[in-house]
Amino acid sequence: MASREEALIPKVGVITDVRIDTPDVKTFRVVTPDGKKAFDHKPGQCAMLSIPGVGEAMFSITSSPTNTEFMEFSIKKCGCVTEWLHQAEVGQQITIRGPYGNPFPVDDEFRGKDLLFIAGGIGLAPLRSVINYCRHYRENYGKIDIVYGSRSKDDLVDYQEIIDEWTKDANVNVYLTIDNPQEGWDGHVGFVPNYVKELGFDLNKTAVICGPPIMIKFTLQGLVEMGYDKTQVYTTMELRMKCGVGKCGRCNIGSKYVCKDGPVFRCDELEELPDEY
Amino acid sequence: MRKCSINDLNSVFEKISQSAVLYIPVDGENGADYKIWEKGVELSNALNTNKSPKNFFFPQSEDLVEFKTEGKDIEVIDIRDSKEDFVVFGVRACDVKSFEVLDRVFLSEPVDSYYADRREHGVIISMACSRPVETCFCQTFDIDATNPLGDIACWKTDDAVYFEAKTEKGQALMDKISDLTSESDDKAVEEQKTKTTEIMKRLPLADLKADKFGAGKTEEFFNDPAWAELSQSCLGCGTCTFVCPTCQCYDIKDYNTGKGVIRYRCWDSCMYSDFTRMAHGNSRNSQLERFRQRFMHKLVYYPENNEGLFSCVGCGRCLSKCPISMNIVKVMKTLGGKNNG
Amino acid sequence: MQKITSEALINKACELLENKTVNRVLGWKVGEFAYDITPALFTDCDSLKSDFVFGDFCGANFSKYLVSETRKSDEKVLVFLKPCDTYSFNQLLTENRFNRENVYAIGIPCEGMADISKIKAAVGDGIVGLSSEGDKIIVDTLYDGKQEIDAKSVMAERCAVCKSKKCVAYDELMGEEGEIVDSNRFDEVEKLEKMTEDERYAFWQGELSRCIRCNACRDICPACTCENCVFDNPESSVQNKAISDSFEEKMFHIIRAFHVAGRCTDCGECSRVCPQNIPLHLLNRKFIKDINDFYGEYQAGAEVGNRAPLVDYTLEDLEPGEALERGAEN
Repeated sequence: MASREEALIPKVGVITDVRIDTPDVKTFRVVTPDGKKAFDHKPGQCAMLSIPGVGEAMFSITSSPTNTEFMEFSIKKCGCVTEWLHQAEVGQQITIRGPYGNPFPVDDEFRGKDLLFIAGGIGLAPLRSVINYCRHYRENYGKIDIVYGSRSKDDLVDYQEIIDEWTKDANVNVYLTIDNPQEGWDGHVGFVPNYVKELGFDLNKTAVICGPPIMIKFTLQGLVEMGYDKTQVYTTMELRMKCGVGKCGRCNIGSKYVCKDGPVFRCDELEELPDEY
Repeated sequence: MRKCSINDLNSVFEKISQSAVLYIPVDGENGADYKIWEKGVELSNALNTNKSPKNFFFPQSEDLVEFKTEGKDIEVIDIRDSKEDFVVFGVRACDVKSFEVLDRVFLSEPVDSYYADRREHGVIISMACSRPVETCFCQTFDIDATNPLGDIACWKTDDAVYFEAKTEKGQALMDKISDLTSESDDKAVEEQKTKTTEIMKRLPLADLKADKFGAGKTEEFFNDPAWAELSQSCLGCGTCTFVCPTCQCYDIKDYNTGKGVIRYRCWDSCMYSDFTRMAHGNSRNSQLERFRQRFMHKLVYYPENNEGLFSCVGCGRCLSKCPISMNIVKVMKTLGGKNNG
Repeated sequence: MQKITSEALINKACELLENKTVNRVLGWKVGEFAYDITPALFTDCDSLKSDFVFGDFCGANFSKYLVSETRKSDEKVLVFLKPCDTYSFNQLLTENRFNRENVYAIGIPCEGMADISKIKAAVGDGIVGLSSEGDKIIVDTLYDGKQEIDAKSVMAERCAVCKSKKCVAYDELMGEEGEIVDSNRFDEVEKLEKMTEDERYAFWQGELSRCIRCNACRDICPACTCENCVFDNPESSVQNKAISDSFEEKMFHIIRAFHVAGRCTDCGECSRVCPQNIPLHLLNRKFIKDINDFYGEYQAGAEVGNRAPLVDYTLEDLEPGEALERGAEN
């Protein structure tokens, strides 16, 4: 019986690299103690990370599944577990279990489509996985547009990777924006939802939005005004989770469990759920 | 069908307890609760126990895993041990049905090994009802109180107890007590069933129907203005949740023993304000939302995921235990109209 | 004493709604059976006439509801208070938990509430009807037809040892003014005091081990009005939903008893609502008895603004050492 699989029992993971992204976001690289990837995953899926005695929390896996060596998590400091992680050093062991949730349909609906990624703040974390996946299998997708905004230049997560890699890709357009003017910033200034409208994308794209709830709300509203159908728009949700396997009841909305049926939802599916997210 | 004289029931208990821990409902100062049978412990005649028997499979609190930490290193210790066999005697039809409701959650992929292990090691001997009370409404959910399921079904009359194996596990146990039981016709049992069925028709909640609820009813009920009135005096305590045989939400917490960290889970309640609280906000801020979640889950969301099965079995515990006497029957009657929930 | 009728209360409430003294009424609402009364808010006379009830099962104390209710509107809410409820009302006012201006309080007499579990124990299960006739309660049962029982024999414990029939706070009094009564409510505490330490430990172990940590006792308690209870606060390090060891289940109740000591009016709601029938009020009553013994007779909520002995200092106060010695004797 002791050999039976149990989702609630985690594995040990080791933090092998800590990158400071913004004043309150760090990206952690995690492998198993023998230096391998803890498990395979798909873009958009999550993992439960914990520090025994502190707690356990769900994070989206930021790295692409095409990275076979390690996993990365971009984590914003807010709450017990994240605060503890932010003071962790390389070599620190944590626990990890997963993967959890439904991924983005990168191998089905997204195939052959022009993709429009729209992110705000730490909302880039779950999208980075899918963006890098699509960049890896570039031939499977059409044009890729990325609109990303944050409070300030310093709050843009993965800024170096965006500048060094994404903007240099053929057929990938990156549009960055910050909320308020800032010295040393000559890019766009303004909120993401407005910027998306200004850019005015054509309607044959599949859009993916992730960011604070209010940003998702107004961006979706903007896309719909532009003529997008909600079946063309995907988002990924965050609710309090404990078990990760659709049993503990915490992330239940209507008949869905965000940890199991989400976190990726198509916006028309979201509409059928009671308004509790 | 086999029977034993009522006077031999304790011998049957003794025989069963030779190979497994046997739990039976026992009267206490304040109602009945399951206790381990030993010589001198007498079976209660109470209709239902204070706490539901879900505790046998999904205990209020249970250890999941242990961690030992040293410097930056963590050791994960699987503390699951092989459970011992046990038998629960005297489970009513409603409570037996609650195991199906729980099974669909805990035994669906990925299987919860803690729950599954207890289910495998437990044998359920049910007991048909002959004296239902005013708070009973199992009929609303098509449960036959006179004909309970389980591994073995039992009927108790004034002078005898009748047994019928319903599963292989039940048959195996029946074989163990075959010396103490004899083959019998079902005349007395059928008589009791007929009599009880007549009483069931006279219960105050006999006409309560659940037809108006079920899958696909979210839109119809979610924004009903009646939730405000129904929830207005709710204390936000966890009584209904914890006495409920089907409520299965849990929390996972860490406990530092001084020698290591035990990660355990414990019952949680969607009625609690911190149930959905996150570092940056709460998706159900008001008691109205939390109250609504509990009943919508039982009457709409759960059926939606489980071929129409409701996650209420009509045991009536919440009717007698809620501090403000608000309960699923009042919710059904208010939202669905008198009698026809 | 004449029992006050539902009708009299409904008429009074309708009158106050109509003349706009109040715009809503906190009252007891009929249930499915005769005994499952729910506290409810009434806003019109029609619903009062169809659903308001006052009788043997209206034990619910509305004082605590005033904390949230008075915040909802600047208009007055009508509340009916039984004598014991008025003590909680005063205590909450003393602690500035609600605005007195927003309440119209009517004191009503109470002859004691019935305990449904005592009735069930007396007549058996399957109660389909209940009515009150003088000192008798007529119970209609599924299995034994109509039975008549003495109301006193099924009175709730807290009512059987009632400390006061006098309403100590109201804007208006209905019925006759009652008296503070000579209560033998400390008898049960004395029994506990007479036990040996081991016996007493075994008693509480037996009782508190049944606790399911539903928090109903805390949530109903008019003395528990913290906006965020320490046991719900994840930052507090004692937040917990279940016992992590056999010691902890006692801690919750002991800490709570300490926290309400000197403020508990002995309304008995904690024990009334406990789904596991744990006599929680005995913990609080022990504190009340000790406070009386150590600092002189004190009744929380008897007057607004009273300084409880535990938060007041006088030269006559017991020395801590003396308290310890006397505590050890018990």
